[in-house]
Amino acid sequence: MKKVIMGNHALSYGAMLSRAQVIAAYPITPQTQVVELLSEMCADGTLNAKFIKVESEHSAMAACLGASLAGARTFTATSAQGLALMHEMLHWAAGGRMPVVMGNINRAMAPGWSIWADQNDSLSERDTGWIQFYCSSNQEVLDTVIQAFKVSEKLMIPSMIVLDAFALSHTYEVVEIPEQDKVDRFLPPFNPPWRLTPDDPHAFGGLTSPDHYMEFRYKLQKDMEKVPALVEETGKEYEKLFGRYLGQVEEYFCDEAELVFVTSGTAGYTARVAVDELRAKGIKAGNLRIKLFRPFPFEKVRDILSRVPKVAVLDRNISYGHHGIFYQEVKSAMYGQPSSPLIFGFIAGLGGRDITRDSYQEIAEYALNKNRAEEEIVWIGVKK
Amino acid sequence: MIEIRFHGRGGQGTVVASKILADALAKEGNYVQAYPEFGVERRGAPVFAFIRIDNKPIYDKSKIYNPDHVVVVDSTLVEAIDVTEGLKEGGCIIINSNNPPEHFRLPSKFKVFTVDATEIAVKHRLGTLAAPIVNTAITGAVIKILNLTRLESLVEAIREGISIKPEDNVKAAIEAYERA
Amino acid sequence: MSKKKEARKITFESEKEMPVAPMSLGSMLYNKTGAWRNIKPVIDLSRCIKCGICWKFCPDASIDIVDDWPQINYVYCKGCGLCAEECPQKCIAMVEEEK
Repeated sequence: MKKVIMGNHALSYGAMLSRAQVIAAYPITPQTQVVELLSEMCADGTLNAKFIKVESEHSAMAACLGASLAGARTFTATSAQGLALMHEMLHWAAGGRMPVVMGNINRAMAPGWSIWADQNDSLSERDTGWIQFYCSSNQEVLDTVIQAFKVSEKLMIPSMIVLDAFALSHTYEVVEIPEQDKVDRFLPPFNPPWRLTPDDPHAFGGLTSPDHYMEFRYKLQKDMEKVPALVEETGKEYEKLFGRYLGQVEEYFCDEAELVFVTSGTAGYTARVAVDELRAKGIKAGNLRIKLFRPFPFEKVRDILSRVPKVAVLDRNISYGHHGIFYQEVKSAMYGQPSSPLIFGFIAGLGGRDITRDSYQEIAEYALNKNRAEEEIVWIGVKK
Repeated sequence: MIEIRFHGRGGQGTVVASKILADALAKEGNYVQAYPEFGVERRGAPVFAFIRIDNKPIYDKSKIYNPDHVVVVDSTLVEAIDVTEGLKEGGCIIINSNNPPEHFRLPSKFKVFTVDATEIAVKHRLGTLAAPIVNTAITGAVIKILNLTRLESLVEAIREGISIKPEDNVKAAIEAYERA
Repeated sequence: MSKKKEARKITFESEKEMPVAPMSLGSMLYNKTGAWRNIKPVIDLSRCIKCGICWKFCPDASIDIVDDWPQINYVYCKGCGLCAEECPQKCIAMVEEEK
């Protein structure tokens, strides 16, 4: 069934179709309509889940962790300062191997207060051990929720589904809502290898001496390394049932391109239109959209970018005193490879400033005219 | 691709109008993208809503700067702001007003239409006399003037998307369609 | 401390033997934390008003309500003293353990 829904509700429908059993959330700003619809679904019986209204995002994630340990499929959503307040609990989720799935609306961090899009909130949580998916359409948001539960529960690692504020969260698009019985076939009930239960009480996350702590982290990393292959596998399985392929990256005209943009989020879709425009002008441009950011899709990125001479990485984020974060990641992936392109880093769209087709024209012009990455950061659209 | 910008005031249902239109267009197999002005809304303050329509997937996620057409839900905005900003030459401006198009003295490179959606809304008792809800009536005029979709699809979209007095809203849309 | 059960220290030789998440391997039922206790709570039932506050506050769920009366499970009670602190009747005394 096709429906015109906003990105926030694409998350809600994803959680509903995944038959989430516990949803814990803080309902005040920067929260969005994600949990508003889910609370309605819980109230009217559309979704058989326990909705826990808590007093902070920290508590929201804490409640999710308890529920997940008890064996429930668990979902929550947040944004910006809310995600930052969860920070400690994010480490608990990943370190304790609790496969919570969370939607995060990419909003810029305060101050000044902002409800507009940029990626610094989710990228500040890069090293917490969560899988991170970045989406470019409402359809992708919905499909990724369902897939994320499957990947997360198989490896016992939590997943964050990230979407841009307004450009997806409050934008209505046509979304194909999958049939419940098909989703059930794709995603069986959550059956964890251990449970928090009074029948067989265990202690979780207790004191861990230097004798063992490192091994737990080693195991988390080893399982993280299994994510890319699993995302490919579940993506193909999903495609068989629903006709839409998910995956680690989206390649658009990268073969034999003279310049490839590396993009993410909604800017990653606008880039496709910019590529079309550049190609119409005779410039062989391409776009590599990163969908899976953690773990980083090394193999795919290396395979595609080692075949092109120039790469322009667009960041809607910044690591102050360093570079845009995707730029860092792409450079680190390409370093020491037998054939490495010239890589430029651009920062645009912070705090919700629009990233347009013209932004890409400017980026392309810069990258095509330089033979060396002269500047650490090339800023796009700053009023200088 | 067709891009339309809606001008209204907070509380008039401008964003809902764009959503209803998106629903109606999606019913006929179009790809649509509808969004409000990114930010916070205040009652009475000027608000915007946007819609993109295409027969293939819409990848452009940037904002609309050069709309093909403009819909003005509140005619006082024509004086207050530049409703023609970025509007493409030859574009239509549809204004909710009981005045004729010439009244607004807009540049001749645009095609101006007026429809008295307020009168229609009041007649069908939508909203209150002081603050009639004109959004459904406006959509009826818009689909006729811009030849966007069949009236049946709009009627269906209103029935599904409006929970308060859906049938009166349907009647208002049909009347505006016929009068436009 | 002959009465106390000796804690067994487990050291894994390989990560492969370890669980995926940091968690107790055995059931916590066998982790008899009462052995940690130096002072123990003793309830003077003649003054108890059966309010249940000690039961609510016990952080180790070591107080049961049996026929309306609180009963301390000394197998698990660590002797933290929270119940004595919270008791509105002050009818729980913390008594030195005999060593």
